[in-house]
Amino acid sequence: MRKIIDSAIETIIFICGMLSIVFVVLIFGFLFKEGFSFFRNFGILKFVTGHFWYAASDPASFGILPLILGSTLVTIGACTIAVPIGVMSALFISEIAPKGIRDVLKSLIELMAAIPSVVIGLIGVITLVPFVKNIFNLPTGLTAFSGSIMLAFMAIPTIITISEDAIRSVPWKYREGALALGATKWQTVRRVVLKAAMPGIIAATMLGIGRVIGETMAVMMITGNAAHIPHSIFDPVRTMTATIAAEMGEAVRGGMHYRSLFAIAFVLFAITFIVNFMADLFLGKNKNI
Amino acid sequence: MSKIEVKKFNLYYSDFHALKDIDINIEENRVTAMIGPSGCGKSSLLRSINRINDMVEGACTSGRICISGQNIYDEKVDVGFLRKNVGMVFQRPNPFPISIYENVAFGLKVNRIASNKNVIDGVVEKSLKAVLLWDDIKDKLRKSALSLTLEQQQRLCIARVLAVAPNIILLDEPCSALDPVATVKVEELIIQLKDKYTIVIVTHNMQQAARVSHDTAFMLLGKLIEFDKTEKIFTNPSKKETSDYVTGRFG
Ligand SMILES: Nc1ncnc2c1ncn2[C@@H]1O[C@H](COP(=O)(O)OP(=O)(O)O)[C@@H](O)[C@H]1O
Ligand SMILES: [Mg+2]
Repeated sequence: MRKIIDSAIETIIFICGMLSIVFVVLIFGFLFKEGFSFFRNFGILKFVTGHFWYAASDPASFGILPLILGSTLVTIGACTIAVPIGVMSALFISEIAPKGIRDVLKSLIELMAAIPSVVIGLIGVITLVPFVKNIFNLPTGLTAFSGSIMLAFMAIPTIITISEDAIRSVPWKYREGALALGATKWQTVRRVVLKAAMPGIIAATMLGIGRVIGETMAVMMITGNAAHIPHSIFDPVRTMTATIAAEMGEAVRGGMHYRSLFAIAFVLFAITFIVNFMADLFLGKNKNI
Repeated sequence: MSKIEVKKFNLYYSDFHALKDIDINIEENRVTAMIGPSGCGKSSLLRSINRINDMVEGACTSGRICISGQNIYDEKVDVGFLRKNVGMVFQRPNPFPISIYENVAFGLKVNRIASNKNVIDGVVEKSLKAVLLWDDIKDKLRKSALSLTLEQQQRLCIARVLAVAPNIILLDEPCSALDPVATVKVEELIIQLKDKYTIVIVTHNMQQAARVSHDTAFMLLGKLIEFDKTEKIFTNPSKKETSDYVTGRFG
C-alpha cells in the first residue's frame, strides 16, 4: 500500500513538472506559428526596421522600430535610475542599517513589490505626470521619462532584494581578510564585497530589467502611447507591450493586424528570454564562488 | 622591551569569559608558537593582537596589549595602521575573488602605500618571490586567485601580508587546511621569514610547534599555563598540565 502511494505521488509530481514544460513549449509554438505566418507575408526585416506603425490604416504599415525604440528607451531609463538606487539601498540594508531598521525596510520593500502595476500607474498619472510636465516645461508629461521613473519604481524591489542576498552571502572570511590588511570598512565593501557579489548584482539587475520590459499597464497609462520614433527621453513613446494590449481588442481575428501583434509578442518573448537566460548564467556563476 | 606585551588581558564574548588574565611577553624577531587543546582561546588571543576581534559582536576586553610600547587598545590608536603593521594569515586560505595580482596589490592600495604602477609591480613580484610562488604563477597574475591550489592560495595570503611590510605576522593554524607535503613547504617558508618578522603561530600540531618556533606558550581553558623556550616546554615543562598535554595524555 505504502509503495502504491509513493509511486502515485511520484507520478503526480512528474506530471506537474512536465506540464509546466509543456506549457512553455506550447506558448512558444503558438507565438512562433502566428508570428511566422506574419513574417512570411510581411518580411521580418521590414517588420523590425520599419519606421511607421499604421496598423489600422489602408494600406497598413507594420514597422515596429518605434515600438522597439520606445521599449528600449523606457527600459534603459528605468535601469539608469533603478540600478544605482537599488544597489545602494541593498548596501544600506546589509551594511549600515541596525537590525530593527533592516527588518522594517525589508518588509516595506516586499510590500512595494506587491503593489499592482495599475495602481502604480494610476498614482503616476495623477502625481508624476504633471510634475514632469511642469518641472521640464514640456507640452505633455506623458513621456518616456515618466515611464522610466515608474518602471524604476517597480524594478527597485527586485534589485534590492536579490542584491542584498548576494551582498550578504559574501563569505565573512573575505571581509576579515580585507580588514586584517588594514582596509577600512568602505574599502572592504567597495574592493572586495561588491566585487564578490557582482554576479548576483548583475543577475538582480537582469531580473529587474525582465520585469520592466514585460510591464504593460503602467507604461500604457503613462508614456503617452505615440507610436513614432522618439528624439529624446522627454518625447511620448509607445512600447511593444502597450501596443499589444491596446490593439488586441480592435484587430480582426486572423487578419494581418491580428497576426502582427503576435509577431510583436514573439519579438518580446525572444528579448525577455535572452535577458532571463543571461541572468541565469550570472546566477549560476555566482554559486561557484 | 618586548615587541608584544600582553598585560592582564581579558576577553569576553558576551557573557563567556574566553581569555583570563593573560600575561605574556613576545620578543622581536622570534617565532612564538601557541599550543593547547581546541577551544582554549588560542585564536582569540591571536585575534586580539590585531584587534580583528573588534568585529565580533558582543566581544569586549580589559587589560592591555602593547606593541613596541604602545597600548593598541588605546582610544587614539588607528586600527587600520595597526593592522597594516600586524599582518594575519587565517586558518582557511581566504584570497579575495579577484586576480592574483590584485590580491597582492590590495594592501598597498588600501593603505595608500603606493599608487605608482611600477612600484606596485615591483612589490607584487618581490612578495610572490618571497613565498616562492613567483615562478609558478608569473604568467597568470591576471587569473582569479581562486584558480590556485589550496597551498598556493595560502602562500598568496602570506604574500599579500608581506606586501604591506608588517613587523609582526600572526598565523592561525596556517597549515590545517593543507596536505602534509604542502604543510612542510609552508613551514619551511615560515622558518625563512623569521629573521625579518616577529611571528606568532597558533597550532594544534605539536610537531609543528617544535619544528618552527623558538618559544612556546601552552594555553588551557582561557588561561596561559606556561610560556618558555620551545625546547624546555617539550622536554622539561615545569607545569603538570603542560607535560600531560605535550606527552599526549590529553587534548
Ligand atoms: N565569535 C565568538 N563568539 C562566541 N564565542 C566564541 C567566539 N569565538 C570563539 N568563541 C569561544 O571562545 C573559546 C575559545 O575559542 P578559540 O579562541 O577559537 O579557541 P582555539 O583557537 O584555541 O580553538 C571557545 O570556547 C569558543 O567557543
Ligand atoms: Mg582556533
